Amino acid sequence: MKCLVTGGNVKVLGKAIHSLSRIGDEVYFQPLEDGLSLRSVNLSRSAYGCFLFAPLFFQFYEYTSCSDEDQDTNESFRCKVLMKSVLNVFRSLSSLEKTVEKCRISLNPKTSRLVIQLLCKYGVVKTHNLSFQECESLQAVFSKDVCPNVLRAPARVLVDAVVHFPVTLSEVTLAPSCGGRVIFRNYLEEETDPSKMMLTEMTLNEDEFLHFQISKESEITFCLKEFRGLLSFAESSSLPVSIHFDIAGRPVVFSLEDPVLEVHFVLATLSEQEVSGSQKLARGSCTKDDTRLPPSEAAADDFLSDDIDSYMIAMETTTVEEATANGCQPPHSPTFPLKGSGRAEGSSSILLKPGGRRKDLSMLSNNKPGSESEEEEEEPGEVPGTPPNKKFRSLFFGSVLSQRDALHHTGLSEEVLAEASDVEEES
Amino acid sequence: MPFSTQSETGDDQYILVANLDNVRNLSNILKAIHFKDHATCFATKNGIKMTVENAKCMQANAFIQAGIFQEYTIKEDSVVFRINLTVLLDCLTMFGTSALPASSTALRMCYMGYGHPVTLFLEEGGVVTVCKIHTQEPEETLDFDFCSTNVINKIILQSEGLREAFAELDMTSEVLQITMSPDKPYFRLSTFGDAGSAHLDYPKDSDLMEAFHCSQTQTNRYKLSLLKPSTKALALSCKVSIRTDNRGFLSLQYMIRNEDGQICFVEYYCCPDENIDETEL
Repeated sequence: MKCLVTGGNVKVLGKAIHSLSRIGDEVYFQPLEDGLSLRSVNLSRSAYGCFLFAPLFFQFYEYTSCSDEDQDTNESFRCKVLMKSVLNVFRSLSSLEKTVEKCRISLNPKTSRLVIQLLCKYGVVKTHNLSFQECESLQAVFSKDVCPNVLRAPARVLVDAVVHFPVTLSEVTLAPSCGGRVIFRNYLEEETDPSKMMLTEMTLNEDEFLHFQISKESEITFCLKEFRGLLSFAESSSLPVSIHFDIAGRPVVFSLEDPVLEVHFVLATLSEQEVSGSQKLARGSCTKDDTRLPPSEAAADDFLSDDIDSYMIAMETTTVEEATANGCQPPHSPTFPLKGSGRAEGSSSILLKPGGRRKDLSMLSNNKPGSESEEEEEEPGEVPGTPPNKKFRSLFFGSVLSQRDALHHTGLSEEVLAEASDVEEES
Repeated sequence: MPFSTQSETGDDQYILVANLDNVRNLSNILKAIHFKDHATCFATKNGIKMTVENAKCMQANAFIQAGIFQEYTIKEDSVVFRINLTVLLDCLTMFGTSALPASSTALRMCYMGYGHPVTLFLEEGGVVTVCKIHTQEPEETLDFDFCSTNVINKIILQSEGLREAFAELDMTSEVLQITMSPDKPYFRLSTFGDAGSAHLDYPKDSDLMEAFHCSQTQTNRYKLSLLKPSTKALALSCKVSIRTDNRGFLSLQYMIRNEDGQICFVEYYCCPDENIDETEL
């Protein structure tokens, strides 16, 4: 694969890398017939980002299958590179804009180097020969087409909405209502005392959105860091952001589309149970108090949902109930067929599934991903479909699933999940 | 803000007296070589040279010629002492480092001779602070024997072109490899880090290139950890001369223009890394 990026597109490419760096420690380079795809997934596999740059994005794009055998199977060569080293190439966006005139990327499996060349002002040439690891294809399993709720808004609107949240905030809740409002508010963890926290809530009106389709009223809570990464890219390219989502616990898909560029960020959302608690809070209804808070005068049911004062009062007098009133089972794994992925064999797909608890998430991110023993340890707590006893019900991607489960739920091959452990063997 | 002489009773007891209206003209230059705590100071009638060394294979010299000072008197042929550079810089910048023209600090530096402290009189807004810094036994400094007749390749670049390059150097690489050649790639900086290698090529006809005198292809490696401190001088400088001699020794000379438009020089010498793996060149 060889390609040449010129002018302002170099900065777009750099921005994309910066955006992906909010997600994972590695960038997956996969040249395809319909363009160059850059992807990343985080350690806990609860966030996935994919940029697809169409051939038209480039001044020149030459795609060659890496070998004859691969031509038969129509497989392309793909590799992953350390995020840190790619980020180093595109570190300073301002200097990319000021000094870099062209960027040439070539991937030649025979030389085992991903070569990124920046042709700068004054004839200076920066050549980076990055070592890479061959890897399985990275593909998240999601289908935005079946999501009942779709919002599309200019990036600016969303940036303005999240800018008010503190930088330390990790999760944000998005709550649309059929009445034509969308509320962003900071998500409070169960163990935090709401009376000691600052609550921030932003309401967006239907008319601020380019597209507003809410057929199933549901609140979703997702990580802000990755979302901010996408927004900063969207803002710089002034593309509208589409948000596809379903009920809480199912992944939310953020996408940008342009004739030469396609971006998808898939983020796990908190499970139904957790969110249903805060939903009640938002509506001002009273639920049973837990031990931390004294039994309170019940908050009146007639609080207006958009009245921040009543919301605050409700927050002080109510709290999340362990067992939700509706007692619903968590959503079944949304194992929709891969979008645009015809091959199951040899493609390491990521399954977005509910399951696991926050503790699992943090354990995963502290350790090397996917080493076999860890997986074993994780598995017992993560039988799909089991309501977690409490807390964060994040969506985990494939590698955390036991292989049996993965097969059971997806019908995909076993290679799917071995991917992360391959890394260590190769290195 | 010159000092009134009346406060100085025994000016004649000092063997070295240097007055400076703007202390930043000295402190900025010294900062460029401040990568070790101690410096050796040589003063002659031409001016002051401060030398800092590291690992017995690199040396940095800052030259503050007599003309930079408003008054400069020296009573001996040469005066040598060792001083704690960190303390000296702390004293010189005690009124702050901001470059506001209204708030320039004046300096009077005096030295009585061997065994005596260096006395600094710093004055700002009518307030005079006196600092006495102990001097130490001077140590012998390295002689790199870098002679211009042995220079094989020489390049003068506008610093602007190197600044970004040095800032972006892959610090996971142990060495910086410098290639200078009359043919392609002319001037190349290479690093070999964990993530792979990176090369930075400057064509000889680039607008950044002020002079290009390369007679033969030379590739040498230098410890990146030794060269990294020179970034401080690079940041202040407007031009840099890069020279290598027949032994592969590297000389980096930075031309620094101070706030009053005067020119000073900071020079770095560095020994090449001997363990060159020929196959990697």
